[in-house]
Amino acid sequence: MARVVVDVMLKPEILDPQGKAVHGALPRLGFDGITDVRQGKRFELEVEGELTEERLDEIRKIAETLLSNPVIEDFEVSTLRQAQAAASSATGGGAA
Amino acid sequence: MRIGVVTFPGSLDDVDARRAVTFAGAEPVALWHGDHDLRGVDAVVLPGGFSYGDYLRCGAISRFSPVMTEVVAAARHGMPVLGICNGFQILCESHLLPGALIRNDHRRFVCRDQPLRIENNRTAWTNDYDEGAEVIIVLKNGEGGYVADEATLDMLEGAGRVVARYLGDNPNGSLHAIAGITNDSGNVVGLMPHPEHAIEDLCGPGTDGLGFFTSAIKALTRV
Repeated sequence: MARVVVDVMLKPEILDPQGKAVHGALPRLGFDGITDVRQGKRFELEVEGELTEERLDEIRKIAETLLSNPVIEDFEVSTLRQAQAAASSATGGGAA
Repeated sequence: MRIGVVTFPGSLDDVDARRAVTFAGAEPVALWHGDHDLRGVDAVVLPGGFSYGDYLRCGAISRFSPVMTEVVAAARHGMPVLGICNGFQILCESHLLPGALIRNDHRRFVCRDQPLRIENNRTAWTNDYDEGAEVIIVLKNGEGGYVADEATLDMLEGAGRVVARYLGDNPNGSLHAIAGITNDSGNVVGLMPHPEHAIEDLCGPGTDGLGFFTSAIKALTRV
């Protein structure tokens, strides 16, 4: 069993009203110094069996056809281990 | 003349759309999202609403419903297809029309009687209007902002594929104030405003919307 993460973000040139709403709420809560917020989506896909390159290609296809709309969104595919490593390095490590 | 109206789980305006078809003088046919069957209709309307709860993206799940396989194939063979509001979103997700619809730039749901200009009266759904006609049609959406890249917008403008444009204040942040577009051959039209809510004087802003449905009948009669 493997878990694959697909992150979907609006393309930079596409207006993100939800991100703007979140950004607008921050000063009201006393959080300053955040210059912009963009909101995206994260999908976690549980994959049966071994995670082969073919399987990953298939998941990229899924991301392209259903999970994202390539007209307005970009996507990134990573395995959960990669995603965790990125997250733990972002928080200064320490994850088991 | 039989015009099908697809009901998806979460469609809201399918009944009004069928009623508008009747008012225009054609026979409405109820189509179901789960069927691989267009029941021999001559044209199809994808109505407004929140199909599949707008989950994932508006229209993203509906695009893969069994009936849409048939609608896409029929549209590619020239069948008139009109997508209203959520139907427009489904047509974009199905790649029958370019671009996409995103959340209104002002972040509020808009519901108003909207002035529009019919800019292309050569489509299957607008031939009963005069070119440049100014009409008032109900607009109600949360994600009605039309976006496409510069090249696509130039192509649409250059080819006269902008079918209707908002007049006055831009109600939802649509680029070029686009309210509706058509495909290359003019049989597929996506429209954010709701002509099915503007077909009689008793309710709604008037009867300006009826022309979309009578246009389809005219287009089909000519064939």
